[in-house]
Amino acid sequence: MATRPLPRFPEPDTEPFWQATKEHRLTYATCDECGKVVFFPRRHCPNCGSSRQTWHDSQGAGTIYSYSVIRQNRHPAFKDLGAYAIAYIDLDEGFRILSNIVGVADPTKDIKIGQRVRLRWEDQEGGEVSLPMFAPA
Amino acid sequence: MASAGGQRRDAAIVGIYEYPLRKVEGITPLEIKAESAKQALDDAGFKWSDVDAIYDAGDGGGAGGLGIAEYFGWQPNVIDTTAVGGSSYEFQASHALRDIAAGKARVALLTYGSTSRMNAVAIGTGGRTSAGPPSPVGNMEDSWGMTLIANYALVAQRHMYQYGTTSEQLAEISVATRHHAMRNPQAVRAMDDLGFVDTGELTVQDVVESRMVADPLHLLDSCMISDGGGAVVIASADAARGAKKKPVWLIGSGEATRYPTNDRDITRSAAEQSGPVAFGEAGVRPDEIDIAMIYDSFTITVLTILEDLGFCKKGEGGQFVQGGRLRYDTGSLPLNTDGGGLSSNHPGMRGIFLLIEAARQLRGESTSQVKDAKLALAHGNGGMLGSRHSGGTIILARD
Repeated sequence: MATRPLPRFPEPDTEPFWQATKEHRLTYATCDECGKVVFFPRRHCPNCGSSRQTWHDSQGAGTIYSYSVIRQNRHPAFKDLGAYAIAYIDLDEGFRILSNIVGVADPTKDIKIGQRVRLRWEDQEGGEVSLPMFAPA
Repeated sequence: MASAGGQRRDAAIVGIYEYPLRKVEGITPLEIKAESAKQALDDAGFKWSDVDAIYDAGDGGGAGGLGIAEYFGWQPNVIDTTAVGGSSYEFQASHALRDIAAGKARVALLTYGSTSRMNAVAIGTGGRTSAGPPSPVGNMEDSWGMTLIANYALVAQRHMYQYGTTSEQLAEISVATRHHAMRNPQAVRAMDDLGFVDTGELTVQDVVESRMVADPLHLLDSCMISDGGGAVVIASADAARGAKKKPVWLIGSGEATRYPTNDRDITRSAAEQSGPVAFGEAGVRPDEIDIAMIYDSFTITVLTILEDLGFCKKGEGGQFVQGGRLRYDTGSLPLNTDGGGLSSNHPGMRGIFLLIEAARQLRGESTSQVKDAKLALAHGNGGMLGSRHSGGTIILARD
């Protein structure tokens, strides 16, 4: 099966996030000046413009904000997967991430908005990065 | 300059053309743009050399306004290369109004050409590809197998969760636009040429029983993928007096963007910002609008935008679209009377057709003509509703 599109570098804004995935750490930053969460990762704070921030490890627990079960995708990495779920997940630390919901018997029936989920790492061939996915808690 | 009623009378649509075919061979997007430009100028009774302002989304390839000026053979005084996806034409019309009102231009031209079908572009289900240089957003989003339709489905799913909206309610939008398409010979031919399995009137049941593509959106919640194009000529009040057709005035406009944040309510679109600006400038209320042309990439796009523009309260769109309200013959707010992207024409960026059909209605030329239509709204949505998108609102009036 063809491989999924994976993050590509150099891309300095998101590189620290993806580096941490190799150690199975899901990371996010907070702004040192205004205190807001900065995510997706970028060098400046979209709330106040400051470039002083601190990175943290997430506990990997969150809630499904919305999802869809994809029945058709012509991309070679996904076309033979069968139905799979994509979702926005709200992590307890206050950031929202796009990812897949895995670990369910039937994604068309077993996923609900508001459902609690837990981080599950999916290592990629070559060990370049690991992908943070989520399964029912 | 204002009319007695206070509506501005600075710039008007005076020429329109919709390229008639949805399935083409041996013609390029640039050629479609040039042919459409000539036809729209003929419709206005203007000469090729009258154009002094050009607006281009880069759909013909090249560098937008830079390339297209040379291809057409003009040296315009205004070159605007606004490209924000399917709503580019509402943004461009807004900019043309501004530029004409400022005295920078007299005759503005917007063109569109696309061969998405001929090139077999799987717009809705092609999946994300890692093209171009690495980007922050691409790095965070491209690994999950997102499709365009799934992006809209995220909004539909959340809308159903928050407000109890149903698939049957969403289906009403497909049913109404198909009803209009059946009266539009270009749309009927389009559905035949593109090989639609069922080219007749639709029922709610037909839509909800059609194949699920990305839950909760079905095949018949989705627009077609066609070839096509068109052009719009916008003239100053002075130039409009010399046009063959009655002016369709641009009386208000607004533009906005929305994108994912850590706490955004994705059931609310950019329309909740662009709409009030446009209505405020026009000095009219949503309940005064006679006809609405709203970008129907998917049924959920229309439902969300109807609410965001204030045609009903947030969350009540499902009930609002029921009972034939969107039909030209029985409804109080006829929608997409050409058949829309769902059933007439969607080559990828159909915002120009919203302006064209709004102008047809206010001229009395629609195939689903609403009697005495005086005020129209066109709202384009570009990009993706569930993540980053642009919203452009234009309000139009006849004398």
